[in-house]
Amino acid sequence: MTAQPTLAVETSGLVKTFGTTRAVDGVDLRVPAGSVYGLLGPNGAGKTTIIRILTTLLRPDTGTARVFGDDVVAEADAVRGRIALTGQYAAVDLDLTGRENLVLLARLLGYPRRPARTRVEELLDAFDLAEAADRLVKTYSGGMRRRLDITASLIVTPQLLVLDEPTTGLDPHNRNQVWDIVRALVADGTTVLLTTQYLEEADQLADRIAVMDRGRVIAEGSPGQLKASVGAGALRLRLPDPTQRADARRLLAQALGVPVHPASDPAALSARVTDSRRVLGALAELAGAGIAVADFALAQPSLDEVFLALTGRPTGIDDTTKEDAA
Amino acid sequence: MTTTPTTTALDRALRAALAGHDRPPRPSALSASRTFGWRALLKLKHVPEQLTDVIGIPIIFTLGFTYLFGGALAGSTRAYLQFLLPGTLVMTVVLVTTFSGVTLNTDITTGVFDRFRSLSIWRPAPIVGPLLGDTGRYLVASTLVVTLGLALGYRPDGGVAGVLAGMALVIGFAFGLSWVWTALGLVLRTPTAVNNLSLLVLFPLTLASNIFVDPTTMPGWLRAFIEVNPITHVVTATRGLLAGTATAGQVGWVLAASAALTAVFAPLTMHLYRRRH
Repeated sequence: MTAQPTLAVETSGLVKTFGTTRAVDGVDLRVPAGSVYGLLGPNGAGKTTIIRILTTLLRPDTGTARVFGDDVVAEADAVRGRIALTGQYAAVDLDLTGRENLVLLARLLGYPRRPARTRVEELLDAFDLAEAADRLVKTYSGGMRRRLDITASLIVTPQLLVLDEPTTGLDPHNRNQVWDIVRALVADGTTVLLTTQYLEEADQLADRIAVMDRGRVIAEGSPGQLKASVGAGALRLRLPDPTQRADARRLLAQALGVPVHPASDPAALSARVTDSRRVLGALAELAGAGIAVADFALAQPSLDEVFLALTGRPTGIDDTTKEDAA
Repeated sequence: MTTTPTTTALDRALRAALAGHDRPPRPSALSASRTFGWRALLKLKHVPEQLTDVIGIPIIFTLGFTYLFGGALAGSTRAYLQFLLPGTLVMTVVLVTTFSGVTLNTDITTGVFDRFRSLSIWRPAPIVGPLLGDTGRYLVASTLVVTLGLALGYRPDGGVAGVLAGMALVIGFAFGLSWVWTALGLVLRTPTAVNNLSLLVLFPLTLASNIFVDPTTMPGWLRAFIEVNPITHVVTATRGLLAGTATAGQVGWVLAASAALTAVFAPLTMHLYRRRH
């Protein structure tokens, strides 16, 4: 037990109930040190509750959770010394400036006054916040708040960085910046545990993914394994001439080897593709048969499609709601 | 994803900033608390409205009562101001205490508090530290009221020592009272709810007291309430200190009440804090 732990996070039989809701219902996780681990699931799947237990904010009802070998209940302070948390909402003080927010945390992490200032200057430059450093955070854009929030978690290099939906609500530019930060950290040896509602994000960043539903892990594996179980993605295409749709459908079904469905749009077709390499050939056959294509897209399976494949039912939750039930 | 030059530059600067920054030794309990106190004072600097909103009411009362009723109540506005100002001082600082609960609740609802709780620091620091910082707020508020009084013609017979003792007594009582609002701040759901409930408690207590008039001419039932109202005791002792006539019993009562509030509500606050989820 005292050997150098190779697991950053290890939980067994974790259960947390709120009233009659079993928010976390027997979760066993093993996150290897030095990896990026994604918890993927819709709102209310229990992702945030797990995060709160691992960061010592919440006690589990039963089961155990260890962070680098330290128990989150019995050795909570040791765990706090290893982790940094960036919660779902930018947890920065809106009434202070960006610089003051960082100095506050640097001091709370134990930096003496002057070294705290020096360290904060360095971070403000690296995270492109120097210009806005003396403005109150309430004047920051959502992307800047998020960046400040993540910066605040990196004043000291944490052994485990916990990110709860780090890119929810961010535009693509800011999202890419967050992804770059995560990659740079991992290159430096930090373990990252993140939650997300987007398969694409988990796919981009995570070495392993646990798919969660109603407090349980319903699938676990590398992004490749997970996607293989779902299919490569969805092909959607539109024809300029709706009268050719029946012919197009027949040709595509043959070439792709999967059923092709007419969409409600009379000129559109869609198919769940198992092998993306066959898509180009299928499109070439359409061209050969004289059927023009107005536009087409091969998209990653969405979280909904992953869910459908794994559970046989859709997530049933509106994509636009951002709250995760505790 | 993107491999634009800016991304690469960001990446390089990032790696430099992130490379191997080990954790300094854990801050002491005092250091962590002082850092939270510093934060409370910074908020006072950036959001002075939190002070002016609450101070506005006592100032309006001071000016209104002094010039509207002062002559009728005490013979002259100057004589009435001598009576009223210590009461205004108590009322102002007591109303300012509500912010302790409001700011704590705001930190909880915005998630800032979760970040503090996930740090390896002395556990009570996020509660105790801000309360220490709040005493700075009380000092600013009481200085403003006394300055206003002096400008209007208030002359304390207790001299500088009396004024300082009076201010210290009020601030001490306010510290004890703050614990009530931190307990509330941990229980209620929104900052507005904390604000409303604390003002709902404080307004009757400050109005039905001896702040504005001597209760001897009031009906017996009201007098009975005023006599047990803790605010009345604080006002009597403060008035005494500022006038240089306070008795040990008057001051002792307030000190005991402040200690009692702290003894009951500080452990309750810490209990609620530890039991959150």
